[in-house]
Amino acid sequence: MKIKVLYLASLRERLGKAGEDLEISPATSTVAGLRTLLIARGGNWQTTLAQGNALRVAVNQEMAQPTTPVKPGDEIAFFPPVTGG
Amino acid sequence: MPVRIQTKDFDAGAEIAALRRDNPKVGAVASFIGVCRDANDGTAVTKMTLEHYPGMTEKALEKIVSEAKRRWDVMDVLVIHRVGELKPAEQIVLVVVTGAHRGEAFAACEFIMDYLKTRAPFWKKEETPQGTRWVEARSSDDEAAQRWEPPKSSAA
Repeated sequence: MKIKVLYLASLRERLGKAGEDLEISPATSTVAGLRTLLIARGGNWQTTLAQGNALRVAVNQEMAQPTTPVKPGDEIAFFPPVTGG
Repeated sequence: MPVRIQTKDFDAGAEIAALRRDNPKVGAVASFIGVCRDANDGTAVTKMTLEHYPGMTEKALEKIVSEAKRRWDVMDVLVIHRVGELKPAEQIVLVVVTGAHRGEAFAACEFIMDYLKTRAPFWKKEETPQGTRWVEARSSDDEAAQRWEPPKSSAA
């Protein structure tokens, strides 16, 4: 299935990428699954997205949990904890 | 629009006047202005760049405003948050809440800021004499937001 992935703020800088369109297996059905898939790329991906790193994920611009489903056409954004205000 | 994201500065006095519209039912106006400081964690800050997640930012702020209106008896709410480059002493964020009484207006205003700091997708990058750095989220901000969570026993 096709999804859109965004990397924001410090994640964008560390990964050297603002986002990408991905074609992933329907077996990757959750946020946690997608994160594991990206970590498996190794290198910067592994160190930046490693489990235990504080990061937040939004699915279709709503805050998401590791168990949040990922569906075709979704926009999934990875970003660090927010620091506005 | 109760929520605005903009690069330009704002005039708090004019915004408050526009929100009140001389409505004689308004007995209290609570406001908060967040300002860019010239130091953070013991290091001088010469400039700050605020990034956000267009689309989600507006939705997240509107949700926070709706929640504040649900919890407290207030009339109108305005949130303005700037993005882009800011220098020390420049205004970053404005929250204004109008209501009949001060207690509800104060509480709603503080709630909106506490939730904005932990739930609205903004990120600050600081320029210091040692180079640029992303601001780290503070656990004290999480604790401030948690004060507003319903007690665990009644959460279910």
